[in-house]
Amino acid sequence: MLRNICRYQRQFGQVIWPFSFPQGHHGPNLSTQLQKAKYSSALTERKKFYENVSISQGEGGVFEINLDKRKLKTPGGKLFTVPNEALAIAVATEWDVQKDTLKFYTMHLTTLCNTALDNPTQRTEEQIISAALKFLDTDTICYRVEEPPGLVELQRNEWDPVMNWIEQRYNVVIGSSSNIMGPQIPEETKDTFRQHLNSYNFWALTGLEYVITQLKSLVLSFGLIDRHLSVEQAVLLSRLEEEFQIQHWGNVESAHDYDMYELRARTAAGAMFVYLSSESTAVKRKILQD
Amino acid sequence: MAAISVFRGILKEIRIAKGSDYKQTLIYKYVLEQFRRNQVTGAQLCRARKEALHAAQTYGCLLSSTRLHLRLHQLYHARGECRTDQAAGLVGLRLPTQPGGKGWET
Repeated sequence: MLRNICRYQRQFGQVIWPFSFPQGHHGPNLSTQLQKAKYSSALTERKKFYENVSISQGEGGVFEINLDKRKLKTPGGKLFTVPNEALAIAVATEWDVQKDTLKFYTMHLTTLCNTALDNPTQRTEEQIISAALKFLDTDTICYRVEEPPGLVELQRNEWDPVMNWIEQRYNVVIGSSSNIMGPQIPEETKDTFRQHLNSYNFWALTGLEYVITQLKSLVLSFGLIDRHLSVEQAVLLSRLEEEFQIQHWGNVESAHDYDMYELRARTAAGAMFVYLSSESTAVKRKILQD
Repeated sequence: MAAISVFRGILKEIRIAKGSDYKQTLIYKYVLEQFRRNQVTGAQLCRARKEALHAAQTYGCLLSSTRLHLRLHQLYHARGECRTDQAAGLVGLRLPTQPGGKGWET
């Protein structure tokens, strides 16, 4: 079925289809199929058909991407527009650095914009917020092991500070647990987070959901978005158990490093997307007062 | 100062990606302008500056991780199926040899 879609797109292909579906909630099967197809066949890559990439401002102050003379469109057929110049430049750069073949699986910002524009699963902001809060129940940081003691200590030393930070910053109680049921998150905690998330616009929420799905943790995602953690730190904390095992058993570049860089790239893209979707630049001039 | 190294990191990535005419790219001009703009501040703890620095670090991480991920992908995962001895060679092992030939071979 996938190959027929590829053929259809090539035949009628004025529309450009970056093949990375969003990490959404429309079932694991389609995305894992796509994952396998992405990495195994040349059909998911297109030849580079343009020389120059530029941006231009369109109606309503939105920015568009131009590949040579043609305007970029989303997979859904809409005109690809972004709300500000910084995001437009970042997306244009993703297209600009492609060589010979277009590797859509490296164009994370483009994929996120496409998701936000097309919204293929028709999600509303409330749905995204509810899904994010539900994730808190299965947050990585909250699940602690009881053995081996090295890992227990590592989790305590590395995850507890982040937990303390978020509890203080948002004035909530989350806690952690080592049994299979997980922590009991009080309703007030979720309400506080819900209020906070309500201040994000749809694009920023799309990005945040992506980060949460990648890091498998709401706590770490907040840490990253609130600039308490860097991307490398957040990824390290998310993969803490794996890093522990790597130190014990050794590193396999083709698997461990590969996964780590991919996770870093996706998380960084999600974080950039959130920053750029909620940015507002203002220059304040201060008047010196005697 | 952390800002300089972050800036250099981003520039390095842009240079690797674009080659010699990296100074003409939109991204180079934008990043340069952002770093210049955030230099001028009277405040000791300028929040906007810290935010901009974090954003720059994140973007630098994005550029370098996509490049390294792609490199590892080309190295290990892009070649389709390979023979058993090639696969063994990837992790530094060799296939065992049996001097008399294997039992089922003539």
